[in-house]
Amino acid sequence: MSAEVFSVFYQFADVFAFLILSAAGLAIVFGMMGVINMAHGEFIMCGAYVTVGLVNLGVPLPIAQILAAITAGLIGVVVEYLIVRRFYKRPLDSLLATWGLSLIVTQSMLLIVGSSVRGIGTPEGSFAIGDYTFSSYRLVLFAAAVAVLVGLFIVFMKTRFGVIARATMQNAAMARALGARTGRIYAISFGIGAGLAGLCGALYAPTMTLIPTMGATFVVESFVTVVIGGANVLLGTAPAALLLAAIRMTLNASYGQIIGQIGMLVAVILIIRVLPEGLSSVLVRRGR
Amino acid sequence: MIRLLEGPQTLGRGPVFWSCFLAVLAGALVYPLFADSYDVGNFSYFLIWIFMALGLCLMWGYGGMLSFGQTLFFGIAGYAYGVLAINMGGGTATIAALLLSVVIAMIAAGILGYFMIWGGINGIFFGIVTLSATLVLAFFLGQTAGPEWRIGEARLNGFNGMKGMDPLAIGDLYIEGSALYYVMVALIVIVYLALRMLVNSGIGNVIVATRENPQRAEMLGYDVRKYQLLTFVLGSGLAGLSGALYTSWGQFITPSSIGLPAAAMPIVWVAFSGRSDLTATLVGSFLLLFGFQTITIYSQQAALVLMGALLLATVMAAPQGFVLGIGKFIAGRIGRRGKRGDDAALPAASALKTDEA
Repeated sequence: MSAEVFSVFYQFADVFAFLILSAAGLAIVFGMMGVINMAHGEFIMCGAYVTVGLVNLGVPLPIAQILAAITAGLIGVVVEYLIVRRFYKRPLDSLLATWGLSLIVTQSMLLIVGSSVRGIGTPEGSFAIGDYTFSSYRLVLFAAAVAVLVGLFIVFMKTRFGVIARATMQNAAMARALGARTGRIYAISFGIGAGLAGLCGALYAPTMTLIPTMGATFVVESFVTVVIGGANVLLGTAPAALLLAAIRMTLNASYGQIIGQIGMLVAVILIIRVLPEGLSSVLVRRGR
Repeated sequence: MIRLLEGPQTLGRGPVFWSCFLAVLAGALVYPLFADSYDVGNFSYFLIWIFMALGLCLMWGYGGMLSFGQTLFFGIAGYAYGVLAINMGGGTATIAALLLSVVIAMIAAGILGYFMIWGGINGIFFGIVTLSATLVLAFFLGQTAGPEWRIGEARLNGFNGMKGMDPLAIGDLYIEGSALYYVMVALIVIVYLALRMLVNSGIGNVIVATRENPQRAEMLGYDVRKYQLLTFVLGSGLAGLSGALYTSWGQFITPSSIGLPAAAMPIVWVAFSGRSDLTATLVGSFLLLFGFQTITIYSQQAALVLMGALLLATVMAAPQGFVLGIGKFIAGRIGRRGKRGDDAALPAASALKTDEA
């Protein structure tokens, strides 16, 4: 019996980790700047490619993953400086600009590296509970997702940077008037967002085939999680991922992956009809 | 009714503009007499996509609703045409299949639009939800390769695409070659003029008012949501028309005409052209399609890189759109040389706010 219970938890944890890891970076950027980064998938792709490249060079996997996340984060800061910076007053245009960037990057990668590279296998290791065996790496992913949530909580709630960042989130003009260097806050936040996307790619790199268009695999999940989460990402993303993971896991288990994905989208459309401002608006209202 | 062709919401007016319009139309009509049939076929192919661009122009430029998922409706109507044409047989039934598939796309747009618009989704989220729906449809169609995925006689065939449907025909007469070309030109003229009349009518003014300031329009007593839904359904119906025509043109459709790179295309055309004017969209989209096709011969990927760069350059350098900017410059020149008051009406459209988010 406990094996079945664990199996349900395991499947739930798998979907939850996927949603959190793919959405966290997007949510930070959206929450801080009101900008949806359409090149999010390309930062994920970047993380995955750097990881695989480093591992093929002989770097141990965990170190390669950390380096990949840092690389993506640094590229993010550059992108913020060159492009995103100009669009803070025009969020819809920033959407178009980052989409243009995403097209350029994906297609250039296809031209340069071709459609596939030599992958790395999923780290071995499994454990058995009752009659079932489970892959340990999936639990690593779940632990990483929880670590990301805890890390974001600490950064935004317990540090000086977090206080200033939240002030910028609430009222950028006022924060600037009080001496916060909002430009730098934005650059760092975009870097964190890109770095988290890179981390997502790095963590999932061993589990999937690497193609330049792989970012698209994560895009729908990350978008809908952010949409359901609502404007206050610190409050919204985790409950949104919990809710969507529950829906998706149930549908996956009973009807398969495709119905899971379609069902999740239908659920999203129904939820926004009832809660246009996302889950975080409800939580904020409850909290008052 | 004629008066509606020229109004505050459309640029291009007066004898100069309409003589240019007639000259271009005349050129388009005699073109097949001089060109070889391969080029005529290619031209019909470019014209297929114009409807989707005009529909997006209506929704985004006039209505302020940026849908990233126009290929969703393109795909729905494209696949619907395939399924219907295969099951209903060829001949005149294909015309019915075409009309029905556009209606199906509009119904789908009505349902999705109802949930989004009545749910208060706007700005960025509107694009995200439409794009997500598009990607899910492409994902779903991609895995329908097995023989169990069939509707009547029609196999969906997953990534290999659906084929075997009849092209448009009346009785035994297939509409292809220059006949198809003339049908396309006629359809575009009708759609273009009808859209001009729509946006200059009372309804069009409310649509633009909604874009400028939804709350103010609401306060003035208009149910903004109904106008938004109308705009969304019409724009998506035009995307559907493109899709159904595409399938009937090539007798073929695959999920890749719905997926991410395909979904970016209409946005690039309309953004580059100038979303706030129908004429600019019409001209610019055609030029881009023509250019894109030329580059695609060398490399599909390089063409997409260029499209991305074009989108980035447009947003950074000319948010209003390049074709519109050039058009305004020329119109300003002509206006200054002729009647001085002519360009006074131009700033109306240029006052378009870039963001309503």
